[in-house]
Amino acid sequence: MSDPGGGTAPVLSLRGVSKSYGPVRALSGVHLDLHPGTVHCLAGENGAGKSTLIKILTGAVQRDAGDYVIEGRGMRRGLTPAEARAAGVGVVYQELSLLNDLTVADNLCMGAFPSRAGFVDRRRRSAAARAMLERVGLADLDLSRTVGELPTATRQLVEIARVLSRDAKVVIFDEPTTALSAEEGEALLERVGALRDEGVAVLYVTHRMEEMFAIGDTVTVLRDGAHVVTRPMADFDEDSLIAAMVGRTITNLYPGPREEPRGDGQARLELRGLRPVGFPEPVDLSVRAGEIVGLAGLLGSGRSELLRAVFGADPVTEGRVLLDGRPVPRGSTRKAARRGIGLLTEDRKESGLLPELSIEENIAIASWRTAGVRGLVHGPRLRRHVEQAADGLRLRFGDWGDPVSSLSGGNQQKVLIARWRALGAKVLLLDEPTKGVDVGAKADIYRIIADLAAAGLAIVVVSSYLPELLGLCDRVVVVRERRLVADLPAAEATEEKVLALASPRGADRVAAPPSAPSAAARQRHDVKTVESS
Amino acid sequence: MTDVTTAPRQGRGRGAARREPDDSEILRLGQLFNKGFGGIGMLLLLGFALSLSTDVFLTGTNLDNLGRQVSIYAILAVAQLLVILTAGIDLSVGSVVGLSGVVAAKAVFATTGGAHVLWAALLALAVGALAGLVNGVLVAAVRLPPFIVTLGMMGIARGATLLLTGGRTIQPLPDGFSELAGGTVLGIANLTWLMLIITVLVGVFLRRTVWGRYVYAVGSNAESARLTGVPVRAVQITAYTLCGTLAALAGLLLASRLGNGVPTAGTGYELQAIAACVIGGASLFGARGTALGALVGALVVGLLDNGGTLLGIDPFWLQILTGVLILAAVAAEHLRNLRGPRSRDTGAPAADAAASGTGDAAGGPAGDDREAAGTGRQT
Repeated sequence: MSDPGGGTAPVLSLRGVSKSYGPVRALSGVHLDLHPGTVHCLAGENGAGKSTLIKILTGAVQRDAGDYVIEGRGMRRGLTPAEARAAGVGVVYQELSLLNDLTVADNLCMGAFPSRAGFVDRRRRSAAARAMLERVGLADLDLSRTVGELPTATRQLVEIARVLSRDAKVVIFDEPTTALSAEEGEALLERVGALRDEGVAVLYVTHRMEEMFAIGDTVTVLRDGAHVVTRPMADFDEDSLIAAMVGRTITNLYPGPREEPRGDGQARLELRGLRPVGFPEPVDLSVRAGEIVGLAGLLGSGRSELLRAVFGADPVTEGRVLLDGRPVPRGSTRKAARRGIGLLTEDRKESGLLPELSIEENIAIASWRTAGVRGLVHGPRLRRHVEQAADGLRLRFGDWGDPVSSLSGGNQQKVLIARWRALGAKVLLLDEPTKGVDVGAKADIYRIIADLAAAGLAIVVVSSYLPELLGLCDRVVVVRERRLVADLPAAEATEEKVLALASPRGADRVAAPPSAPSAAARQRHDVKTVESS
Repeated sequence: MTDVTTAPRQGRGRGAARREPDDSEILRLGQLFNKGFGGIGMLLLLGFALSLSTDVFLTGTNLDNLGRQVSIYAILAVAQLLVILTAGIDLSVGSVVGLSGVVAAKAVFATTGGAHVLWAALLALAVGALAGLVNGVLVAAVRLPPFIVTLGMMGIARGATLLLTGGRTIQPLPDGFSELAGGTVLGIANLTWLMLIITVLVGVFLRRTVWGRYVYAVGSNAESARLTGVPVRAVQITAYTLCGTLAALAGLLLASRLGNGVPTAGTGYELQAIAACVIGGASLFGARGTALGALVGALVVGLLDNGGTLLGIDPFWLQILTGVLILAAVAAEHLRNLRGPRSRDTGAPAADAAASGTGDAAGGPAGDDREAAGTGRQT
């Protein structure tokens, strides 16, 4: 491996870069130097500020303070993506940014078509595309195929080819292997190595420890938006790197230790052999009344899918959901809601709020049976109903009749919680309940969740933010690649432990690539994994 | 404890918008339009202008005439509104008008002399309901785009109409049939009565029943509605079926008014109905609009026609005027929408920060790019 940055001048550097979103500080005073011919890894938990950093590098968002220098040239504050690209910064995104319905050649030349008097020069287009593909080892690819029909790994290479064609001096990889199988992932790492050898500066962002150790020369750790440390990769082992990522003091944001869940230990919500589509094996889980269970796992590990399946929003191949011992009919959100299961989805704009409707109606929409009278709307009764549901939530609003879209993120989330409270839900499934919510409202929401549990609800929380789960939950269940791999009581769960359990390892990737073809093959691999470990 | 606090209106989105000095005329017009008041204001203005500039406008005969002319458009507009509120569109209402009219005409024609007008009417309504049901099922269950589904039905219904009649007008029809539209109750034409009754019924349905509120919920965000247990498909199917039934009623009344079954009747009416909804404040993206608004929209268009005739304005110019009116209504709504999120952004963080109080102290470092993403998308 080449010497991490020693001697050569950095091709790109950030000095004291900060960024806030409203009251939320996403980055504060971050430094970063990228040297030609090195692979620089960026490590940090979900929410540490990695995405924001990448967005600042590519000009997708503007920094509030600090200097950004590329090859000695200072970039202005209001940097645009086009300027960043022209300066030589290219990104390969997690979600590929190719146009799926167009051909490979068109995609590669988009934005810079070789043309003559406005007509595309097809011969030159093919030659240019061919040259780009050769750089990434795809010389044989049929240029006239549409990108949508290519496998993900090939599409990713096409994307890399496109980035390189713009004379990128710095290439940023944002979780490039999430959608790839183990072999494809390795091939990609080789490609990244080849780029380094050509003298490109690579910034590599991944959750996968073993990839960082395999490819990285240098690593920068971010935590809570601040720069923690930048050192040669060789100075770390897996444990010390996790410790650097996590090492935080937990604030009093969380409601603190609660009483043991009351009741006789009877399960309120029970999943018996429930197998959502795409899960390699059935899932068993039970949550008692008054208990808060956290589902921890990386993005795409199947946490949200599990919640949606329990609620009947996603199809299930086998198994049952029981509420207080009674089976809940499968595959109907309406029936699940009637039985008293509530779901707060991850994206409240896409699948939660009814933006044109009033605050009042957004609360009452799931519980019109009790809010209305024989199918008719009854104003005073409705008002009492929603006031009762919103009681104690510290909801801030102007008028019950205002559209819900006039509220801030935190208050919108409270409206959604009130919606399920109005229904008298017995089970609440919360998917990233504090996403896009500022810190104060966060504390409110934690308190509300704890109160609801104290009132006897069974609560399941999915969150990418580990401190939140550890601060809030009685138990943390770890999900890795669509299976439950551990069930830790709060007392035993630490961030290090959970993160280690949630991170996919090489062996597991072979065992369960997200797009693995057959269940039988997966199971065979499972056996191997067990034997080898 | 009652912690539900009512923030002072000032500093919130709408209050802020109102305080701004550069609030231009167009935006205020937009706010009016959006509440469905734009139509009413325009209606009053037009009525006032016409009663000043002509002698005949405010005469009983003319108003009666106006009611008869407008009623069929108004019923269609209210029908169309039901579908538009679900964020759909029904292009087949015009063809259903033709089909139901011809079906009713054929029924009474074939059974001349019998007291079968009622049966003919029910048959016509059933045909319209069936067309709407098919639309609804294709949209809700098969998940085809409403535009395409109803475009297909538009062709099918018109073709069926022409087939049934062989392209010829069906006449003469018995007097009993013409009485449907031609009769009066308490000195006011049946047509006018029906227009008012339908508007009130649909208005009450939308405003006062749970099912009606579901219609708005589906139009606002179908996925959100599904995830709260709203029977989205059933709501969509009822909306299309009701729309088809009301379109058939309009067709029946048109045939009765004309006194014969014309196979090309109702051509282009779907666009008139959509125009009326839009002028009356409905949003083609769903969840915005009222039955009263649709009625007002139809009246505005009707009044323009009527007034234009009274004043002797070239009808070609009137068409242009109607077009401009639609554009103005939609542009006003669009401008308001552009403004909406902006004022939300300025209003919201302040309210939230105030609500949190302890927040910043407790939070410490809370760099969070999930939040960042959320906030970023808003701006």
